[in-house]
Amino acid sequence: MEAKEDLLVVDRLKTQFFTYGGVVEALDEVSFEIEKGEIFGLVGESGCGKSVTATSILGLVSKPGRVISGRILLDGEDLLRKSEREMNSIRGSRIAMIFQDPTSSLNPLFRIGYQVAEPYIHHQRRAKRKALSDATGILAKTGLPDADEKARNYPHELSGGMRQRAMIAMSLTCEPDLLIADEPTTNLDVTIGRQILDLVKDLQREFGASVLWITHDMAVVAQMCDRVGVMYAGSIVEKTDVRTLFRNAKHPYTERLLRAIPSAATSSDRLEEIPGSVPRLIHPPTGCRFHPRCDYAAPVCSETKPLEREVDPGHWVACHRFSGPKDGT
Amino acid sequence: MTTALFECRNLTKFFPIRNLFRETARVHAVEDVNLTIPEGGTVGLVGESGCGKTTLARTILLLIEPTSGQVLFRGEDMVTRTKRQLRQFRRETAIVFQDPYSSLDPRMLIADVVGEPLVIHRVAFGEDRDDAVLALLERVGLKAEHMYRYPHEFSGGQRQRLAIARALAADPKFILLDEATSALDVSVQAKILNMLNGLKADLGLTYMFISHDLSVVRHLSDHIGVMYLGRMVEYGTREQVFDAPTHPYTRGLLAAAPSLDPDDRDRAREVVLQGEVPSAVEPPSGCRFHPRCPVCKAQCDSERPALVDVGDGHLVACFPA
Repeated sequence: MEAKEDLLVVDRLKTQFFTYGGVVEALDEVSFEIEKGEIFGLVGESGCGKSVTATSILGLVSKPGRVISGRILLDGEDLLRKSEREMNSIRGSRIAMIFQDPTSSLNPLFRIGYQVAEPYIHHQRRAKRKALSDATGILAKTGLPDADEKARNYPHELSGGMRQRAMIAMSLTCEPDLLIADEPTTNLDVTIGRQILDLVKDLQREFGASVLWITHDMAVVAQMCDRVGVMYAGSIVEKTDVRTLFRNAKHPYTERLLRAIPSAATSSDRLEEIPGSVPRLIHPPTGCRFHPRCDYAAPVCSETKPLEREVDPGHWVACHRFSGPKDGT
Repeated sequence: MTTALFECRNLTKFFPIRNLFRETARVHAVEDVNLTIPEGGTVGLVGESGCGKTTLARTILLLIEPTSGQVLFRGEDMVTRTKRQLRQFRRETAIVFQDPYSSLDPRMLIADVVGEPLVIHRVAFGEDRDDAVLALLERVGLKAEHMYRYPHEFSGGQRQRLAIARALAADPKFILLDEATSALDVSVQAKILNMLNGLKADLGLTYMFISHDLSVVRHLSDHIGVMYLGRMVEYGTREQVFDAPTHPYTRGLLAAAPSLDPDDRDRAREVVLQGEVPSAVEPPSGCRFHPRCPVCKAQCDSERPALVDVGDGHLVACFPA
């Protein structure tokens, strides 16, 4: 894996939240790497730790939470060892983020143009007038119609799709090496969502950035990502390229998740269910966190956490079925 | 063909926009919609935000009074109904809303939430009511121990089960599912969809299912209506609409939905609809879709295409090429 250049390496990242109810083990040794110029998808259901992974990378885990251990290497530099000041200069310039809800992540009191220009002013120390005209330029690049006029509008004057375009413009201002997109199309209508997907793909090709794409939607993964990590209850259970994931998923959770999605093939039939529900992460199940819901659970599954194994080149699965010698145990 | 449970004729709903003194404009939420819901069927409504699907559904349930047009329930016009008719109508119809966090009163016990329709419709009181609530909870996969808890103690999927139990309480014939599974995770959604299909078969229910998620609508519905800016642009069976979409908007919508096959990536690119849905206050003239339509013709901006049968009850509102 080292031959291709990795932009971001997340190594055994462990983040926990110290709440009154107990310690929430939100991330349990999450490891993945993103190559230069690729779109890496992180997919899973609510509460599996996708967004905590993003906030951990950005150093924005909020109060009762803390990164306990692990390493986050951006171009070989460990972000967890950076001071707050150093992180401030990295966020927005080398790593940028697009959020799910553009309405609550834009400041209602400032004009769109100024908000997009802010990274130019703060990170690149451009003169304000120059920054504003550059901002209009990048807004136009994201396909915002009448960018000149829209730059002078306030967020409430724009539709959801236009606001998301403005968010994307903002994240691209400093040409980041890594773009983190947290469910950017979830609140948008189908046709607008599609426009945004195509836009991000085009801009990603143009700027050559790497993207960490966080979503719960398998179809979006299929359309967007090069490689994918499937998360369940704070761990990555399977990690592979997108085609392998959809053709030859190995982890029992991935398999069942894919079969639970309604599609043309399932019309009117019963959908396959996953028995039980997602565990709470205060006192999560021991061993493999999926074992209480798993069809193949063996005694070992409740005792030790399965390590990730490379079952095929580039295809990693964390399951005891694949960890021993191949005799079916 | 089975009998029609609901029939809408030229149903129209405009919402006035007023200043202090008079009406200054109108939101054309639903315009001239004809729709038949067969008894025992599931009609799916799809379309983007603001296309009028929720307004249409709520007008059918008389939660919103129509501006004009008729709603026939078992052949009787419900717009000009008596109080008595309305009471019976309310008993036979129910809704499950999208957001199970805001549709359950946080200060009511589950027994009261689910049992309220029974009391309102004077079906059961006291211990009878509790027995009925227990039966309802079991029906949706919950247990007796859940009866005396509050909504905040439940997960999203469980809350949606509670909302369904409440909808079933007064033994309705028709349930409106307004984005009922949209807020749920895939694995939870699968369970709820299976349950809904099971309930329909067991109790002989009729559903109207609203969703922006095309694959869910396809899974659950046997007839599908596609709406755009207040008008029905295409209506037909699931196969007609999904396998042979005819209206350019339906085609664009289906192509825009991400597919589960990674090899489909660049296939959809050519037909992606550009632009956004225009305002319903001043909708485009003629065919409402013409400003975004890839095959717009000269007559499209002046004449309004009627919803015509293109074969086997497949209705499309578009001028033939």
